[in-house]
Amino acid sequence: MKAGIVIFPGINRERDMAIALKQSSGHEPRMIWHKETDLGDLDLVVIPGGFSFGDYLRCGAMAARSPVMRAIHDHAARGGYVLGVCNGFQILTESGLLPGALLRNASLRFLAMDCHLRVERADTVFTSRYQKGSTFRAVMAHGEGNYFADDATLDHLEHEGLVAFRYCDPSGDVAPEANFNGSARSIAGILSPNRRVLGLMPHAEDLVDPLMGGAGGKPLFDSIAAAG
Amino acid sequence: MKAIVTVMLKDGVLDPQGKAIGHALGSLGFTGVEDVRAGKVIVLELAETDAVKAYHAAEEMARKLLANTVIESFKVEVHAE
Repeated sequence: MKAGIVIFPGINRERDMAIALKQSSGHEPRMIWHKETDLGDLDLVVIPGGFSFGDYLRCGAMAARSPVMRAIHDHAARGGYVLGVCNGFQILTESGLLPGALLRNASLRFLAMDCHLRVERADTVFTSRYQKGSTFRAVMAHGEGNYFADDATLDHLEHEGLVAFRYCDPSGDVAPEANFNGSARSIAGILSPNRRVLGLMPHAEDLVDPLMGGAGGKPLFDSIAAAG
Repeated sequence: MKAIVTVMLKDGVLDPQGKAIGHALGSLGFTGVEDVRAGKVIVLELAETDAVKAYHAAEEMARKLLANTVIESFKVEVHAE
């Protein structure tokens, strides 16, 4: 799978994302500056984490309206794969590629800590190397990760099986205490209706090698690589 | 023309910032503050001289960028200089 990573001013997680993608696929991803409008023959576009445009106005609001996003919309409309992590998830909701919004953490605190995620479905291009219902450890580093959508949208996401990951405790229990940022229905990651766009708040790319302190996020990148 | 766009979180959307401000007011001894909501005000200086056109332009700007209508509502006021 040919992958590219989009870089906006203020994005700072692109190198870790590149390491994770390359480790699993063997291929160096293309770096795409936000003013580019031609994505070429990329199969996967990744929007990494950071603080695009200084989080001015709202997290992801400026990035969602920059030139490269039109190309990403077209790419998604053609059935291309898109992965947005952290600020990338915020940008995907701001641009309308995924529903809902990421609000200020309910605690008002910036959360830089480990969390656990439960895999809600393992039949997607992003999760095929996980077991459904399994859990893994990931790193959260965000001030605005509190997933919000109206009840009708949340019901729709659940009914259509578009919730990819939920916050849980290490045993896999989706307990309120494990939902550190206060997300609606403990949602940590959601999919588009065709399941080719994934937005995920915690940084799966931060734990892809035992040397990093864990490899819980590696199956996500192995899944992508296995999709060919 | 000056257009003032006030953006607030919608009713029903948790506003932890407003809650924190409310707590701080309480600890300063202000009593009787039943609720606090925090929003933002964006002031636009527009070249447009027609108030109706200026209003509609600012409304369009609010819908497309200044507010995220998934979570926020907005109000536009236009003032002649």
